[in-house]
Amino acid sequence: MSTIKIELRQEDVAKIKEICASFNNEPQELINVLHTCQQHFGYLPAEVQEVVSDELVVPVAKIYGVVTFYSFFTMTPKGKHPVSICMGTACYVRGAEKVLDEFKKELGLQVGETTKDGKFSLSSLRCVGACGLAPVVLVGDKTYGRVAPDDVKNILKEYEK
Amino acid sequence: MQLLVCGGTGCNDLQSEAILDNLRLELEANALENDIQVIKTGCFGLCKLGPIVKVMPDEIIYTKVNPDDAREIVTEHIMKGRKVERLLFTDPITKKTISKAGEMNVYKKQLRIVLRNCGVIDPENIEEAIAHDAYKALGKVLTEMSPEGAIKIIKDSGLRGRGGGGFSTGLKWEIAFKNKSDEKYVVCNADEGDPGAFMDRSVLEGDPHSVLEAMAICGYCIEAGKGLIYIRAEYPLAVARLKTAIKQAREYGLLGNNIMGTGFNFDIEIRYGAGAFVCGEETALIHSMEGLRGEPTVKPPFPAESGYRGKPTNVNNVETFACISPIILKGAEWFSSIGTQKSKGTKVFALAGKINNVGLIEVPMGTTLREVIFEIGGGIQYGKKFKAAQTGGPSGGCLTEKHLDLPLDFDNLIAAGSMMGSGGLIVMDEDDCMVSVAKYFLDFTVEESCGKCAPCRIGNKRLHELLEHITKGKGTMADLDRLRNMSLVIKDTSLCGLGQSSPNPVLSTLDNFHDEYVAHVTTKKCPAGKCRDLMEYFIISANCVGCTACARVCPVNAITGERKEPHLINPSICIKCGACMEKCKFDAIIIQ
Repeated sequence: MSTIKIELRQEDVAKIKEICASFNNEPQELINVLHTCQQHFGYLPAEVQEVVSDELVVPVAKIYGVVTFYSFFTMTPKGKHPVSICMGTACYVRGAEKVLDEFKKELGLQVGETTKDGKFSLSSLRCVGACGLAPVVLVGDKTYGRVAPDDVKNILKEYEK
Repeated sequence: MQLLVCGGTGCNDLQSEAILDNLRLELEANALENDIQVIKTGCFGLCKLGPIVKVMPDEIIYTKVNPDDAREIVTEHIMKGRKVERLLFTDPITKKTISKAGEMNVYKKQLRIVLRNCGVIDPENIEEAIAHDAYKALGKVLTEMSPEGAIKIIKDSGLRGRGGGGFSTGLKWEIAFKNKSDEKYVVCNADEGDPGAFMDRSVLEGDPHSVLEAMAICGYCIEAGKGLIYIRAEYPLAVARLKTAIKQAREYGLLGNNIMGTGFNFDIEIRYGAGAFVCGEETALIHSMEGLRGEPTVKPPFPAESGYRGKPTNVNNVETFACISPIILKGAEWFSSIGTQKSKGTKVFALAGKINNVGLIEVPMGTTLREVIFEIGGGIQYGKKFKAAQTGGPSGGCLTEKHLDLPLDFDNLIAAGSMMGSGGLIVMDEDDCMVSVAKYFLDFTVEESCGKCAPCRIGNKRLHELLEHITKGKGTMADLDRLRNMSLVIKDTSLCGLGQSSPNPVLSTLDNFHDEYVAHVTTKKCPAGKCRDLMEYFIISANCVGCTACARVCPVNAITGERKEPHLINPSICIKCGACMEKCKFDAIIIQ
């Protein structure tokens, strides 16, 4: 499992219990529970999964299976500014790969990694549906459309404060 | 007068919200706020030209509007009746400016049934939807029809599932109706995972009530009391609009208990996907809704017998549901008069890629590819040559020049080695390498394969490796045979639709662009100049003045030559970074 070991604080455990309870501790609601937990913690470390397991009475192995199955869930914390490059077909044929390469170079990261200072993380995603703006890059909630490799430095600069 | 501002995802990302605010402020400043309505609508389908503002009833369309343009639109157009010329649409082919929506080629050939209210109504206001006939069909079904009667209309209309399979919708409902149970479910599949497809998202964002109403109609027909919408978590705007719509429908007594006083109970809940392409397959989708890994299971049993919580479940796609109300209101005959012999009605396509009018269109079945790309789509970007159009996403294949006059419908596309899929249509031009495109789709399948069955899990990985080999110049002619054989085995032996269709992009590019594959393996050249490992940078000695700029910038010292003498690139050292080409001021460096 995850190499990161964290100590959950009392209030974190209480929060997870509260989230599970809000879905009536129903095992069928596992995915909704995980969505809500990830919204709160930013990621789903093993320790969080263990608490969910106790609450919903689902084996932790099953929860791990679900977390690793879906690409939306992550067991490593994302950066403060998560950078996602759309690799949908429309973006791909319009040069998203070159944009991704430029981000890799500038940040010194591979896809799925986070910078040491925790500022940026890099991921690729499948089609955000804004194909009219291809290629598309998301930084946090902000969307950048028609991005060229030359724009990458300027985009990152906006967050270097 | 009304000002309609597009609030679809594309336009929203380009600050259409700020345009709305500015328009309202400008109107207030001129004391016009009571005379002119500003409405945020769903997608107009002109995504590349966004943000879009449409002035009604003049039907004038303004494109690429900036928040700062709000003042001019109000002071010039609204107050003085003069069009803002610089914001009008320019036809990419004739170069003429066109102001009226009806005169634009992109709209001329379209027939909007599914998208009837997109870009027309405010999706967050149920009263506008009702004014445009929403829930009228539900009323008609509940008060005038038996479940069998309504199912017969859908069956007679010839409507086939728009999610990709193309199974008769009426028949599906009938099977679910005949399976008796005290508990049944209606599921709306809004897990639109095909890269480059955004039809369902636009319908949900632009006209969510059309889907809610149809789900309730389906609930009445198959005797289900509960509906579930399974939607991607990547579509936050669509989720928000759906939530608003469900809440409003409940308040108006159109969902919940005793709908319209008829004693019929039906309510809808939203379930979220979490990013797994395979969950578009109905059995996988149902498992995902049950909180499990989204792995498919063997059919039979079909969901109509044993689906969600083991109960009879009817799963339809967003676009299929959006067709239901017009069919009920206008009749089966009306619907079946549109389209081709075996594919009735219209189809929504998401045009994307190297095409001028990127956006959402709806055309009658049987419209040719040529009409879609060159008339509605406005042709290929930068006047380049059309090479291929990919339909059906990672499960489909490509159509080429010889298919341009093919009437697009379910059966013709399958005969051409592709499939309708959900409606993504990605256009590629002469600069695209088809081997790379096939590799791109395999990349997708390898990542999205759930891993349950071996042909899909292992076979696709092997296919991907072979393609990787070929694009690196290490392939042989025998590899091409191996590609084909393996593809056929994967298709025959995979468990679910994902594996059964994943080799399609390989097979269809192998058939249609065989020469391109051969060039990659024999002469080790990529005709489109896309495969980096097969490129060679070359200095044209006639153009080289010997300025040494390239030699100085080369990170691996692959360029040699005396000052003021033509230089040379040593291909065995060159890492193809392209730095020299960027530096050269004399266009002396080319890619071969």
